[in-house]
Amino acid sequence: MPERAVPSIRRIGHTTIDIVLRLGYAARFIVLTLLHSGTSFRRFGLIIREIYYTGVLSLIIILVSGLFVGMVLGFQGYHTLQTYGSESALGVLVALSLVRELGPVMAGLLFASRAGSAITAEIGLMKATEQLSAMEMMAVDPIARVVAPRFWAGFLSMPLLAAMFSAMGVFGGYLVGVVLIGVDEGSFWSQMQSAVDFREDILNGVIKSVVFGFAVTWIALFEGYDAPPTAEGVSGATTRTVVTSSLAILGLDFMLTSFMFRGV
Amino acid sequence: MAADNLIEIDSVDYWYDRRRAILSGIDMTIPRGKVVAIMGISGSGKTTLLRLIGGVMKARKGEVRVDGQLVNKLDSNGIYRLRRRMGMLFQFGALFTDLSVFDNVAFQMREHTNLPERMIRDLVFMKLHAVGLRGAHRLMPSELSGGMARRVALARAIALDPMLILYDEPFTGLDPISLGVIRNLIRRLNDALGATSIIVTHDVQEALEIVDYVYYMSDGRIVAHGTPQEMLANHEPLVHQFVYGEPDGPVPFQYPSRNYAEDLKLGARHA
Repeated sequence: MPERAVPSIRRIGHTTIDIVLRLGYAARFIVLTLLHSGTSFRRFGLIIREIYYTGVLSLIIILVSGLFVGMVLGFQGYHTLQTYGSESALGVLVALSLVRELGPVMAGLLFASRAGSAITAEIGLMKATEQLSAMEMMAVDPIARVVAPRFWAGFLSMPLLAAMFSAMGVFGGYLVGVVLIGVDEGSFWSQMQSAVDFREDILNGVIKSVVFGFAVTWIALFEGYDAPPTAEGVSGATTRTVVTSSLAILGLDFMLTSFMFRGV
Repeated sequence: MAADNLIEIDSVDYWYDRRRAILSGIDMTIPRGKVVAIMGISGSGKTTLLRLIGGVMKARKGEVRVDGQLVNKLDSNGIYRLRRRMGMLFQFGALFTDLSVFDNVAFQMREHTNLPERMIRDLVFMKLHAVGLRGAHRLMPSELSGGMARRVALARAIALDPMLILYDEPFTGLDPISLGVIRNLIRRLNDALGATSIIVTHDVQEALEIVDYVYYMSDGRIVAHGTPQEMLANHEPLVHQFVYGEPDGPVPFQYPSRNYAEDLKLGARHA
């Protein structure tokens, strides 16, 4: 019956309008953040301080995860390659998997759950405890003083973390392939060196990690700034940061990969 | 605007939804150097009025003038310039939790002035000394009691010697000793700095002891105003109930509800 369908249609309409409105607010928020970034660059210490909290404190989880992912790649890669008698190409497999895909994506996911959630919770709690209002009453713009330094810190940290993840992964692959299994060390490194292209592989991986850094930090900051100022509101915003960032990373990865490999 | 009035509010209305006014027809003058209380029960619109004075929100109708400037016509730069001459104490202090007591008080000095660090150090110690917490300058906000946090926030609010200090419920949740300390500091600092203070509160006894004048608000309107003595002697039922804390009166004890007997289904049981 058409009458019965009205509430459902209305609900869909409301949800769609809410989504579009939030996207609009988020777009306005990032534009404001970029426009109010002058203070951050004039007082670079503000960014350095945030790089410590978002980047340096994420190092442990990034390095340990990178090592283990690399070691697992070493085992799995060797198992597959030896079927074709190509175990000497283990270094190539490990390096390409990491710099093209696993490095940026895994580091992005870990960054979203470690640093992204922390940023959202911090900003959300600052809002709930009126710290942002207090700052505004002191004639200090919270976007310039609180949001922009965190944005640039996340944006700069993410590619470095992805690079460290990949480097630790390659080392993990070396430990398993060369030290544990006994693949020839010379062919492990030399084949890796000749097969990994700087522009095609490394630069594309860096571009991905830069895009992920931008997306995760933007989402984390917006969710915190937009969180209802209650315990429930902040916890919901933190969860949304992790879920939305993770989905954004996976979606963006697919899009970027399809652009980068369109000539193949 | 008379030169001796720091704030003049003229026929101000504010609403989120046109059908339900938050403030209507507010007229108020606050002379320089005075401590003025805005009182009323929760939801009476007093915090909204404080926000209009601070430029956080703009009046939908009427004029809010602070030191001769029409706040509801100022752009964001103008509002920020005006706020540099204001201090505000929030209900629970709103100290920056990632900064020490010293850095909290120094925050505005570092943001708005080019003073050398040595001078900032001396100024911060003077402000902390004024609230009795010079010895606590190294502590973090999480290490402070509620009363201490409120005093640090007060030191931060007066960091740049403001012309106007706004207090949003400054007495909430304090023990009797801290309450007495904050109450006396508000009066003493106002007089020492030559500032003007507005206290939004529903703590009657504490406020009436230190303020020069009181505005009483109900349902978004000013229903009474006068000196503390006049308010204590006021026989307007709303004011009387509020000042003497009576549980029932024009503000009813019971939230509007259906007939009690109906809710208990007494008729149905006897039927």
